[in-house]
Amino acid sequence: MTFPLTLLPAGDTALVAELGDAIDPALNDAVQALDAALVGANPAGLIETVPTYRSLLVHFDPCLTDADTLGALIRALAAGLDQAGTQAGRRWFLPVCFGGDLGEDLGFVAGRTGRSEAEVIGLHCAADYRVYMLGFSPGFAYLGGLPAELHLPRRDNPRLSTPAGSIMQGGAQACVSPMAMPSGWHILGQTPVMTFDLRRDQPFLLAPGDRVRFMAIDRDRFAALATLAAAGDLMPDSEALA
Amino acid sequence: MTAALKVLAAGPLSTVQDGGRHGYQRYGVSVAGAFDPVYLAAANALVGNAADEGGIELTMTGDTYEVGADTVRIALAGDFAATIDGEAAAPWRSHTLARGQVLKVGAARAGLRGYVAVAGGFALVPQLGSVSTHLRNRLGGLDGARLKPGDRLPLRLPAAPPGGDRSLDPALLPPRSLALRVVPGPQDGHFSPDQIAAFLEAAWTIGRDSDRMGCRLEGPAIGHAKGFNIISDGIPLGAVQVPGSGQPIILLPDRQTAGGYPKIACVIKPDVAALAQARPGDVVRFQAVTAEAALAIHRAWRVAIAALPALTGPAGGDLGSERLLSLNLVGGMVDAINPPEDAR
Repeated sequence: MTFPLTLLPAGDTALVAELGDAIDPALNDAVQALDAALVGANPAGLIETVPTYRSLLVHFDPCLTDADTLGALIRALAAGLDQAGTQAGRRWFLPVCFGGDLGEDLGFVAGRTGRSEAEVIGLHCAADYRVYMLGFSPGFAYLGGLPAELHLPRRDNPRLSTPAGSIMQGGAQACVSPMAMPSGWHILGQTPVMTFDLRRDQPFLLAPGDRVRFMAIDRDRFAALATLAAAGDLMPDSEALA
Repeated sequence: MTAALKVLAAGPLSTVQDGGRHGYQRYGVSVAGAFDPVYLAAANALVGNAADEGGIELTMTGDTYEVGADTVRIALAGDFAATIDGEAAAPWRSHTLARGQVLKVGAARAGLRGYVAVAGGFALVPQLGSVSTHLRNRLGGLDGARLKPGDRLPLRLPAAPPGGDRSLDPALLPPRSLALRVVPGPQDGHFSPDQIAAFLEAAWTIGRDSDRMGCRLEGPAIGHAKGFNIISDGIPLGAVQVPGSGQPIILLPDRQTAGGYPKIACVIKPDVAALAQARPGDVVRFQAVTAEAALAIHRAWRVAIAALPALTGPAGGDLGSERLLSLNLVGGMVDAINPPEDAR
């Protein structure tokens, strides 16, 4: 692995395996690979791992293992990782209805970036977004890969509530929000797909390391798909990453 | 009708909590779980349950319940005033109640959080592997909400199991103090030695806007040697993050899974439990320990929790209030300003 591993203490029940200090696709790939290797090794006392942009937080039961034991394993796993390792995730194709009442800030984003609304939609649909991490709320995916032409500061006045399924952008990132929440990001559209649905065996559609593509749909198609989603019958297309 | 505990009146923040929701932080799901796992384990020990069986976490003031089962064995851990059908009832013991009897849990006389457990546990369907309530994520408990009048908490057992009531002397709980032990890191490198020393030397007052997500501390502003933004990473229980204001926040069971402020140190889990009983205005300090010491402390603490069932005895009448006062009721909570030499 080309990224230097640093192990950091995190109290009595966790440790941090840090691989760098940047938001970078290759660095995030390395985090995902290390995470997969550690979860696959399934060492005694491992409770769960939390992969984020550039590090892995490893939660453990101190009665069954300790930071030194896990740290030695993580070092060995990191040394054995192929930097061009295969990626286990999926690429999801999410239908999105942009603009109108489902994307109130589309016009604002177009105006501020000097483009037409159609051009903004085109840029979003051409991007191959990377799920760097999930956080903030269940199923909330931080997407990297927002085209530089669209980078904008957040709203001056955060909304107290944004609808579930909102496709938003803030700064250099985009997101798919799984549930209604306050947000200062710009709302561009909405997907009928429920990225967090407890009725499913796997309630979380998106996992760290996955990719997301947006597919523009019109309002009628959105309504039809939303009906399916409400019945628990909408699973978007996806493909395995190479 | 199925056996249930009926909520006639609810305290300001009563929620079902167990050992927490583990395995889903990678999807952004907070752990939640009992803020004070020792008190939850004590309540469970009194009714013969596993230590982390789901119980009701009370905050400041308890609830009023009516028994909707033939009989139920119910225990209260925490120094809360309580009555059964209007007669004073002692905490730190179980009570076997018959249908229609009313248990009213009043205000905390010391500490802040108490736990109510029923023999056999509540028949709640776990969500993502846990019945712990997380209000913001609307998960766990009853519809992800705090208890409210009219709620019915279903019981697994239609009647109290054989055996009598048990009591537990709270003085036997693992000792605790508000001199919170921390392991420095993971981002202690973002602070200068002087800034870390200031963090460890200060007396910190618990702020009013503290909650189950974070304990906000007020004291001297702690500066940052490398700025106060980091690329968001995972947040362990007890992490002490220092935002731009320099006023630290200890991150607690309901914390978000990741965040972007440097974490100067992490409070060890046994001392997060101690913090569960501290009130706004109370003063805490930090004491650095090595990772090795933290490991040993944690293991001893877990042994002590596992020993709780063996420390219960047959409940022989109520504990008198004089006796309660004579015990150091917050489980050996000591003055954090001047911790005695043997506080550890």
